[in-house]
Amino acid sequence: MGTRTNHTLWAAWLLLTIGLGTALAWLMLTGSDKTLFMPGPLSPGHHQLGDNCGVCHSDALGGGEVLQEACVECHGEDRKKPFDSHPRTKFTDPRNADRLEQINALQCVTCHLEHRPEITRKNGVTLPRDVCFHCHSDIAEDRPSHAGMAFTSCTDAGCHNFHNNRALYTDFLVKHLHEPDLLEPAQLPAREFAAVLEELMDYPADRYPVEPLDADMADAPAGTAVEATLLDDWATTAHARSGVNCSACHLLSRETNAQPLWTDYPDTENCGDCHDLEVKRFQRGKHGMRLAAGLPPMTPGEAQLPMHADATHSQLTCNSCHTPHRYDSRHAAVEACLDCHDDTHSRAYTDSPHHLLWQREQRGELPAGSGVSCASCHMPRIKYDVNDWVSRIMVDHNQSADLSPNSKMIRPACLHCHGLAFSIDALADPDQIERNFRGPPGVHVDSMEMAERDLERAREETDAGEESSSNP
Amino acid sequence: MKQLRSTLTGLTLCAVAVTTAIAASDVGDSPSITPRAMADSLHLVMDSDRAVYTKKIVNRLVKKDKVIKASEHFEDDQALALPAQMFRFGAEMVAQRSEDMSDVNFSYSLQSLWPVNKQNAPKTDAEKAGLEFVAANKGKNYYTEETLGGQKYFTAVYADTAVAPVCVSCHNDHKDSPKRDFKLGDVMGGVVIRIPVDG
Repeated sequence: MGTRTNHTLWAAWLLLTIGLGTALAWLMLTGSDKTLFMPGPLSPGHHQLGDNCGVCHSDALGGGEVLQEACVECHGEDRKKPFDSHPRTKFTDPRNADRLEQINALQCVTCHLEHRPEITRKNGVTLPRDVCFHCHSDIAEDRPSHAGMAFTSCTDAGCHNFHNNRALYTDFLVKHLHEPDLLEPAQLPAREFAAVLEELMDYPADRYPVEPLDADMADAPAGTAVEATLLDDWATTAHARSGVNCSACHLLSRETNAQPLWTDYPDTENCGDCHDLEVKRFQRGKHGMRLAAGLPPMTPGEAQLPMHADATHSQLTCNSCHTPHRYDSRHAAVEACLDCHDDTHSRAYTDSPHHLLWQREQRGELPAGSGVSCASCHMPRIKYDVNDWVSRIMVDHNQSADLSPNSKMIRPACLHCHGLAFSIDALADPDQIERNFRGPPGVHVDSMEMAERDLERAREETDAGEESSSNP
Repeated sequence: MKQLRSTLTGLTLCAVAVTTAIAASDVGDSPSITPRAMADSLHLVMDSDRAVYTKKIVNRLVKKDKVIKASEHFEDDQALALPAQMFRFGAEMVAQRSEDMSDVNFSYSLQSLWPVNKQNAPKTDAEKAGLEFVAANKGKNYYTEETLGGQKYFTAVYADTAVAPVCVSCHNDHKDSPKRDFKLGDVMGGVVIRIPVDG
């Protein structure tokens, strides 16, 4: 009797195991929601992607190569620009085989493990802070100025970071020695789009030649109800001034569909027909990364930063900030941000000297580019390569790009108006960031003094060399 | 003109030699070119390309025509990339592109006993011995074998000489240069080429 019971229990266990295994395998291979398998919470950089594991785990049966491919797919370009001082090729070189044995720098997950909140530090790094020690333990011999510095301090204040170690190189610091806190003139560079239009091969200049249009020339199909205010809004935009008619945005599938379809609500894809770089960069940041992953748009309700309650369900697309037809970039640069963001730094903006300058520019008291909006710093105007042959100054719509670490903001944003020493100190002071840069920085970083001492050292060595060669 | 023609002829011959070497590995296990001949061919191409860039672009525009500067911070300074950087970028691109080419496997780098960038100082015993040899034996190359990361390599080291005044002035004036008395024609460093071999 006991044996029969045991057999029954064994059979039940076996059936249950097979059934459960099959169900899990089925879910793994064909299910759309695989969150059941998530081994731990996602890092702040990826938390929006939790409902689509396939963004990174694109092959259920794949190994590390699948994850590596996923990392490079989204972050590969950021590694190249502006300069990756630790490129993959450095570690595939046989002469660095010993270093590769110390730390496998060929795989992103060596330093950036996901689903491990207990060891995840700022910027998604999961290795100890003194990781530089593995290859640079003798740095004090090359650079005596670094003697005694802790290896846990390498990444402090923007001095070094693995992927862009040369952003604040010594000669750059030297070049900016003794600059005033506020430069003259303090002004952002103008955006370039029209200036390079002829070189943008994908721009549909054949259908929409650059020539001013007025409201009477709108090409909405006959019978389409168009409110007068919409037409008026459009007629005052750069779109109308540049020949961008209604159909440029409202017609779908113009390239492949023999019967173009009119849509009342153009989406991000439509914007990308002309503004492909802006859309691409938008989808690399936290505002648009869900769209890039094929997920519904991000909403402030899903954010980890404090947001206004009444914005909880707003969806983030191009039109969220760039009000359709009006496309007022001034609104997109301040009000659109503050409609959602409700953290201390954002709330302090309207009392900041930056905002005062912004208001003066809007009133016409200062030249264009003199005011400082949210976008001036978080969506800086950068020279971006359209392709291998053409670049243009554009608004970087990846507002996350310059926050990890925040010293990445120094070159594309701060230095248009501020001296380098002031910029380094300001971004190293969390209190000053909280009060949105009202008042002087309360922190001082020694970088500039170190560079000046190095310059002095080099001068002395050069003088000594010249003296010895003239007195053999 | 004669010099340019002979350079182009050399480049063409080398390209043919390298292509032959690569093609040979496609058709059988017996290579028709030795690692040493392949390294010599590769070096001839590298050295000639860089000499052309140094003489006909950098030295001409910087020293003769005086219309632009050359700078290691060429992007920030809106200047020409230095010949050593042009060489390194090429090496990085080769490493990147050859990753997907199973039959093409070699690496190269520019190193020196007096490097401006300390990362370009010799690391392995073969590199150190090779750089010292080519500096002491002008006109001679250094060939050896070494094992790195469990893989055996044929390693060749070729002298890198100051071919133009800009080479000398840049290295002698650089604040991080450990040697500041180079003269035209001096050995300033060496090109290290590695080719994996069986065994």
